[in-house]
Amino acid sequence: MASENVQTLTDANFESTVNHTPQPVLVDFWAEWCGPCRRLAPTVDELAKDYNGRVVVAKMNVDENPATPMRFSIRGIPTLLLFKGGQLVEQVVGLADKDSLKKLIDKHV
Amino acid sequence: MASLRNVIIIGSGPAGLTAGLYAARANLKPLVIEGLEAGGQLMMTTLVENWPGHRNGVIGPELMAEIRAQAERFGAEILRGDVTDVDLSSHPFTIATSEERYTSRTLIVATGASARLLGLPSERTLMGHGVSTCATCDGYFFRGKPIAVVGGGDTAMEEAIFLTRFASHVTVVHRRDTLRASKIMQDKAFANAKIAFEWNTAIEEIKDTGKGEVTAAVLSNLKTGEQKELPVEGVFIAIGHTPNTSLFRGKLEMDANGYLITHDGTRTSVPGVFAAGDVQDHVYRQAITAAGSGCMAAIDAEKYLEGVPQHLGEAELHA
Repeated sequence: MASENVQTLTDANFESTVNHTPQPVLVDFWAEWCGPCRRLAPTVDELAKDYNGRVVVAKMNVDENPATPMRFSIRGIPTLLLFKGGQLVEQVVGLADKDSLKKLIDKHV
Repeated sequence: MASLRNVIIIGSGPAGLTAGLYAARANLKPLVIEGLEAGGQLMMTTLVENWPGHRNGVIGPELMAEIRAQAERFGAEILRGDVTDVDLSSHPFTIATSEERYTSRTLIVATGASARLLGLPSERTLMGHGVSTCATCDGYFFRGKPIAVVGGGDTAMEEAIFLTRFASHVTVVHRRDTLRASKIMQDKAFANAKIAFEWNTAIEEIKDTGKGEVTAAVLSNLKTGEQKELPVEGVFIAIGHTPNTSLFRGKLEMDANGYLITHDGTRTSVPGVFAAGDVQDHVYRQAITAAGSGCMAAIDAEKYLEGVPQHLGEAELHA
């Protein structure tokens, strides 16, 4: 599900990635069985390409990594979280179009 | 500006894709603009048991992938994107996405319907944090937890039954004292030991917005006025749908609830614009009826393009 510009995050490397990446980090929480997640995936891939170098785009599989979603009270997917300097700055629950996501990201780059 | 199209179809559920399939087979080279919720409401289902030809049922998203591939096989072009504006005041019509403008001789509207919400402020705040409109998407997060399902129709029963796989207990909250759901779904729900019912009851508020997660639903009995708190960690809302017609307000005739009005098959109030599926159907709302009306819309569009409209004057056609 991840393309070349998209990192894969796990419960183990989430903290260090989000805290130690100078650029904003966009994390897409998804699962194999989630239809809407599959629909959002190409948009996330495109964002990764468009913001290459300026924003780190990552995916986290909630089936394999239950701790991080629980920490952020995620009870629905897809959910996108945007972190800057380790702080949560934006969240989007459910499907969103590329334009509105770009507007959110642009506030923080 | 892209080249002039014969047919543009907005929406990619059973109606839109079936229209695409038929229009493609009629050699009209249709463009299907799939929309944000590509694949439509079936993408949020699991097993569809009433699609003819699949005696053991078919998985909703797999069915949509098949119809999509079938439409593409005959030359339907499917575009990822969401239509942001339409101009139906002159021919050809203009259809705009955030990236491109398209012109077309005919338009098939198959934008479907979306889940209706209760309208509580807490519902919006807690969406994705315990409030959901999609059991198959979010049920997983409620393993061993008590939850509530709001509604009394087929969707509500399907969600309640599906959620018993995960939840410790499911309470169906319904405004009336009988269900609207079909007999078979009612029987399944009543037979399920994990499902309880709160009749004549509405949800007044969902707690706890301060904590950012669902801890309880405040229930109000509509007969007695009595209020009580139901401790739940999830609230699934299945109280019906609203048609996705905001793009067409003031441009196409619609009823008081926003459903597009069709006549003589799938014709709308603007010649050359056709409507199919849930966007114009608040009665049947089935995958198979949506697909059927998508087929009708493609045939109606084809006839219109051939210049043999059954209920239109020549002047209108060439206007």
